Amino acid sequence: MPRVMGIDIPGKKRIEFALRYIYGVGPALARKIVAEAEIDPSKKADDLTDEEITKISRVLQSGYRIEGDLRRELTQNIRRLVSIGCYRGLRHRRGLPAHGQRTRTNARTRKGPRRTVGAVRDRAARAALKAELGKKR
Amino acid sequence: MGRSLKKGPYVDPKLLKKVMKLKETGERRVVRTWSRRSMIVPEFVGHTFAVHNGRTFVNVFITENMVGHRLGEFAPTRVFRRHGAVTDKSVSLK
Repeated sequence: MPRVMGIDIPGKKRIEFALRYIYGVGPALARKIVAEAEIDPSKKADDLTDEEITKISRVLQSGYRIEGDLRRELTQNIRRLVSIGCYRGLRHRRGLPAHGQRTRTNARTRKGPRRTVGAVRDRAARAALKAELGKKR
Repeated sequence: MGRSLKKGPYVDPKLLKKVMKLKETGERRVVRTWSRRSMIVPEFVGHTFAVHNGRTFVNVFITENMVGHRLGEFAPTRVFRRHGAVTDKSVSLK
């Protein structure tokens, strides 16, 4: 298995597709890289020469944000939104969708598995629950 | 669709005028505004705005990071008061 830029080990596929296993490289960027490095896109990743691999690495380093750098940028962007206290930041804080989607139903990607919140009708039980919640806080 | 770059950012003209005046005099004062849709421009940095949220005014101190956002983004219009909170009051209604 060839290694491109250290950590990434794409499999026994055409490089055009194998490159997509790198975080931050999708269909369009993969094609672009292959073209820039002047490699036959249908060549299997295993069959690449060391020379070709360094060529790809060089293209990737020429200003594409991938893997750790991209992940870092993403979290930094979110951290900025959260720190300035804008609406989108608040949504991120609460783990709710940030682009104005409905939350009455769906939104399960952000909200995670369903958690049923019921009303406690009984007066005594409610007082007990309140005391417990107060303790946690 | 985004706003045409040709037009530049939208800022309520009255609000902008007010801020420019404050800047000239070097005065620091809370600016009351209803214009939630106004974009925060670099001139606003360091000033405090009281942004209307439909009911009250929320004080927003503008920092550099906020440039490009709109004033309304910093004054939430809704208050979430948790689900399933049965108070004595709501029970006695039944």
